[in-house]
Amino acid sequence: MTDRPSFREVLDRLEAVVRELERNDVDLDRALALFEQGVRELRDARALLEAAELKVRKVVEEADGTLGFTDPDV
Amino acid sequence: MGVLSLFDGAAAPADGAWSVSQVTQRARQLVEAGFPRLWVRGEITGCKKYGSGHWYFTLRDRAAQVRCVLWRSDAERASCTPEDGLEIFAHADPTVWEERGEFRLTVRQLLPARAEGDWQLRLERAREALRRDGLLDPARKRPLPVMPARIGVVTSPDGAAWRDIVAVLRRRWPAAEVILVPARVQGDTAEAELRRALALVNRLPVDVVIVGRGGGAREDLWTFNSEAVARAVAAVRVPTVAAVGHETDVTLTDLVADVRAPTPSAAAETVVPDRREQGAVLRGFARRLQIGLGRRVELGAQRLDRTADRLVAAATGSCGRARSRLDRAAATLEALSPLRVLGRGYALARDDAGRVLTRTADFPAGTGFRLTVQDGDVAARAVEPAS
Repeated sequence: MTDRPSFREVLDRLEAVVRELERNDVDLDRALALFEQGVRELRDARALLEAAELKVRKVVEEADGTLGFTDPDV
Repeated sequence: MGVLSLFDGAAAPADGAWSVSQVTQRARQLVEAGFPRLWVRGEITGCKKYGSGHWYFTLRDRAAQVRCVLWRSDAERASCTPEDGLEIFAHADPTVWEERGEFRLTVRQLLPARAEGDWQLRLERAREALRRDGLLDPARKRPLPVMPARIGVVTSPDGAAWRDIVAVLRRRWPAAEVILVPARVQGDTAEAELRRALALVNRLPVDVVIVGRGGGAREDLWTFNSEAVARAVAAVRVPTVAAVGHETDVTLTDLVADVRAPTPSAAAETVVPDRREQGAVLRGFARRLQIGLGRRVELGAQRLDRTADRLVAAATGSCGRARSRLDRAAATLEALSPLRVLGRGYALARDDAGRVLTRTADFPAGTGFRLTVQDGDVAARAVEPAS
């Protein structure tokens, strides 16, 4: 099972970035860094939304009880 | 004398006779203590509904009959409405109606006995068992995750339900991963396969589980009314969505699941957000980023402006100082001007080219030169050569 960052995780990070950026006491260097990070997270999130292809798997239980996965045709 | 012991504690009348009230009350106590709630099969006759909402009727078979009452609150929950000639299963508490000295059934639930009656009776029993164990308690319902990363689906790999679910997830939320846990959903092995698949789901890292099948005949949905399957659904450790495609019947699986969806497609839609909506959410974040940074830069610019103002102020200040220095210097210059010296009685000798003549060698005999004094020049000539 491959791990790609979940959309939820990316959204959570974005939220944190934006919140910090919206504070008044953040200095300009930090604000720029946050902005850049936010733009990266946005790009990741968009990629997840737009380019992502639904991963489809089927569970196969082996004789010894371990679980395997195959890619079914749908 | 065992029978007499049943009457221990009853009032012992002086003349050896019981009052009617005493004997009917005692009869009611004995009947109620002696019967558990039970299912009685019979045909309804003499059915009457009163304005109070309570129903009164007689239940009979070939050899006997018994009066019944169905209280309004129970009638509202009953699976069918009593009517004359209807063969029913009545779930009832036997009692004695003291005012009439009449043996009677207080009916709590009734089901039509013909055709569907048998399975309805089994269903009703299973439902009661689940209710007893708290599995139908609304407080048990768990909320679905907002954005599941992995979705488990328990259904047939060959059915329309699986294809529909995949199609909806692909359209709405391709960021997810969907894992099929295959199980036959009808036929003799369906119950065992569904139970096994539901148990297997608990070994997968899924966030939510859809269990169901597409629409079918009532008999085809029977597996989802299995008490064992319902209990397996209840035992899934993540939130569950039941999607047994049938508009009219609610199966036990539907009742036990955290959420009931009318069809597999609807279940898929319930489980994931729509990427277009989330696209709007992202645009919102983009705006906030831009505004956030813009505001910050603006803030910086304002500070910078203030800084620039101070610079200008500082520069202007130094200019002022420079000017006054210049003024002072000029004054000094003037003070040092040779013309002032001339004013004190000295004269300046220069040749025609304006060169200042400072030594005797500059004055050969007969040389003409100019003498500048305080108020002008005077033409002059050297009379004799330097000695």
